[in-house]
Amino acid sequence: MPSYSFVLNGKPVTVEAPADMPLLWVLRDMLNVTGPKYGCGVGVCRACTSHLDGGEIQPCVVRVADCANREVTTIEGLADGDTLHPVQQAWLDRDVAQCGFCQPGQIMAAAALLKKTPHPTDADIDDIENVCRCGTYSRIREAIKKAAANG
Amino acid sequence: MARQLSRRKFVVYSLAASTLTVAAPLGCDAATAEGAEPTAAATRTPSDVLVTGTDGEMLVLEVTKANKVVVRLPRVEVGQGVTTAVAMMIAEELDARLVDVAIPLADARTKGNQFTGGSSSVSSLYGPARELAALARAKLVTAAARRWNLPARSLRTRNTKVIAPDGRSATFGSLTASAARIRRPAVSSKPKPASRHRVIGKPTTRIDARDIVTGKAKYAGDLAVAGAKPTVVVRPPTLGGKLVSVDSRVARAMPGVHAVVKVAGGVAVVAESFHHAFRARDALRITWAPGPLVSLSDAAIRSRLRAAVPRLGDPPRGSTQTEGEFEFAFVSHAPMEVLTAVADVRANRAEIWFSSQTPMDARASIASAVGLPESKVKVHVMRGGGSFGRRLNHDAAIEAALISKAARRPVKLMWSRADDIRHGRMRPASHHRIRASHARGRVVAFTHATASVSESYEGQGLSAQGSAQGPAQGRVTPAVARAAGPLPSDSGLYNFGRVSGDSGSVELAIPLGAWRSVDSGTMRTAEEIVVDEVARSLGKDPVAFRRTTLRDKAVKAVLDKVADAGDWGRTLPAGQAQGVAVHEEYGSCVACLVEIDAADPKNPRVTKVVMAADVGTAVNPRGLEAQLMGTAIDGISTVLQAGLHIDRGAVRESSYADFHYARQRHAPLSFEAHIMPSRREPGGAGELGVPAAAGAVANAYARATGTKPRRFPLNF
Repeated sequence: MPSYSFVLNGKPVTVEAPADMPLLWVLRDMLNVTGPKYGCGVGVCRACTSHLDGGEIQPCVVRVADCANREVTTIEGLADGDTLHPVQQAWLDRDVAQCGFCQPGQIMAAAALLKKTPHPTDADIDDIENVCRCGTYSRIREAIKKAAANG
Repeated sequence: MARQLSRRKFVVYSLAASTLTVAAPLGCDAATAEGAEPTAAATRTPSDVLVTGTDGEMLVLEVTKANKVVVRLPRVEVGQGVTTAVAMMIAEELDARLVDVAIPLADARTKGNQFTGGSSSVSSLYGPARELAALARAKLVTAAARRWNLPARSLRTRNTKVIAPDGRSATFGSLTASAARIRRPAVSSKPKPASRHRVIGKPTTRIDARDIVTGKAKYAGDLAVAGAKPTVVVRPPTLGGKLVSVDSRVARAMPGVHAVVKVAGGVAVVAESFHHAFRARDALRITWAPGPLVSLSDAAIRSRLRAAVPRLGDPPRGSTQTEGEFEFAFVSHAPMEVLTAVADVRANRAEIWFSSQTPMDARASIASAVGLPESKVKVHVMRGGGSFGRRLNHDAAIEAALISKAARRPVKLMWSRADDIRHGRMRPASHHRIRASHARGRVVAFTHATASVSESYEGQGLSAQGSAQGPAQGRVTPAVARAAGPLPSDSGLYNFGRVSGDSGSVELAIPLGAWRSVDSGTMRTAEEIVVDEVARSLGKDPVAFRRTTLRDKAVKAVLDKVADAGDWGRTLPAGQAQGVAVHEEYGSCVACLVEIDAADPKNPRVTKVVMAADVGTAVNPRGLEAQLMGTAIDGISTVLQAGLHIDRGAVRESSYADFHYARQRHAPLSFEAHIMPSRREPGGAGELGVPAAAGAVANAYARATGTKPRRFPLNF
């Protein structure tokens, strides 16, 4: 079994896993990091959205081999200790979540967007593909704008 | 018309315990609340009844020595915010800090009302929760008065503490042991009048919001139950397809595979990770026999439904008719969290973890499926990643239990997204024929006949279906099979003269389930479209026509609110229009105004939504706003773009790539919800907005495009 090392939420980890094992199942089933959620397994719903070297990925369609020697950040690693990331804080301030299941992915997608585009337009926000079946989209939009204003 | 909830009296009990523990019985849900009070205790005053033992039937409040107020809730949290609403009721009456109130979900019980559905949670808990907390407060104050030798009346409560006039204070936790011994409180144990509410009615952030945004919130799939291994099931390509043969040699030899077992719905693989399980699943060589619907596709289902609609009687003589026929496709519930259940079934006991709206029925079904007495089956209720009615049924939990039993090991079963969408459940497809008869500018008769698909069971036992409907009063009732057809709409909403309705059904072996707002989501949507068409044929404005024909003041008030706040009638460019609709149910009412840009009719965008709701007392206005926001997106999705096709006995869609539930680019750029002030007891709210939102979207689309929308979703 090949072995892969990467940095997960600031800490080095090494796993023995098949090269084509999706990062999502490495995180959830091997490392017990359950913030990234399974919602479709085909990169469509984006409930698993996390960061690889700071950019947005869908771990359900990224092979663990492609993460070797890189930095993976999940929702668990977004805050700085007890200090929430501005996007998380905006999410809390706007009380965005309902069932909460898609929200780690939504937050990670928003954080990645703001990193690239600190002052996103409505059209930029419309490009976010993450599904929220509870329909929290209006609060997501407000929270992103609030985080942009605060950041 | 609005059902007024009777103001019920609740008898509250004290439990014999070393910490203050009080309990209120929970009857059936609000809709059938008559006789919910235990008559034997009815003449007793609160707190003089001591109960020992189980918390079955009861809502139980405990004040712990660590100064936490714990209420184990016999409901499930699936995003609707019930845990926050109950925490607010408790914090209000106890004068506790919200952060000191914990609302864990109760395991399945043997008695009482543990049903989450019908938008009944807040209305059924509003009385008991406040009575409970008010009694606990009275006892804590009395205990402090004795400790300090002060008159109980002179003490105040605040921030989970009792405070003396001289500034001394004692936490509830420090008083709980002595409060447990108080039989007769020295101060009132009645809930506060609404005028003194400081928590109830105040927009409040969800109590679990921080856990959610930090990824700490745990769903069934996130549990680490010892030895419970990832499990998936390969299912037939067609609905109800049957396994003919399976060659599992390759799959069994793959690394990380623990077990391969046959189950009713297919073949299960238990493996070291979901990656290993999916790989082995895909390596199974299976021959399937087609399911019973293999010769059936959408067109045939639609024509059978049309034929099953009872004919409308003759219209009143001399009247003019506005008629419409409407078709709604099947719709997946598609909660974000796919069905997931952890099951550990042993020879003499079983333990299951999953999210359930009907855990008592689930326990009975699971016990019967695995052949254990109910008393040996423990069901732990987990928070759910959405439901929309899907978790009324417990198909996945029964399946997980059977797999665990067959594989002789604990399992963590997860349906794939394709399993979820292709194998149900779904909102039934339906056909509606509606006729409004008018004479001299008034509607004199209104009739609505409908037919919908109902589920036939093809000889399978109910336990394999995991169905449940209605409050879990008894055990698994035969009523799990849907009624033959939806009930005729309660169209007393409008002054439409003689109102009548009838329904038919087409039985098919398709897994169905109640979908948020159930029959109202289709029936009332279609009716609101007809109301607009009647207004048009009478040359009247849709808002003005509704205002003159609605019966109830509260409904007119929410309509006026959205018309005013949404600037009804403002001029919009070609291809854009406003639409409006109203709905009344669960003792509540709602209006919705939308603006749509349908310049490209194949790619419409709802740009603005304004809703107004009167739900009686809105315990958490921010939570209510969230529920309305969700129903707006449901309306946009089901009317414009999200549905399921049946092709030769199989569901065509298999993920959110082709089941087009709305994304951010389909959501309104502007959303407002207006909550009408009220001191009535709470009505229901979770499902309320769906028909109004769907109706308003359809009406806006009609006005923007000059078409008559008839088949939903429109772009399908």
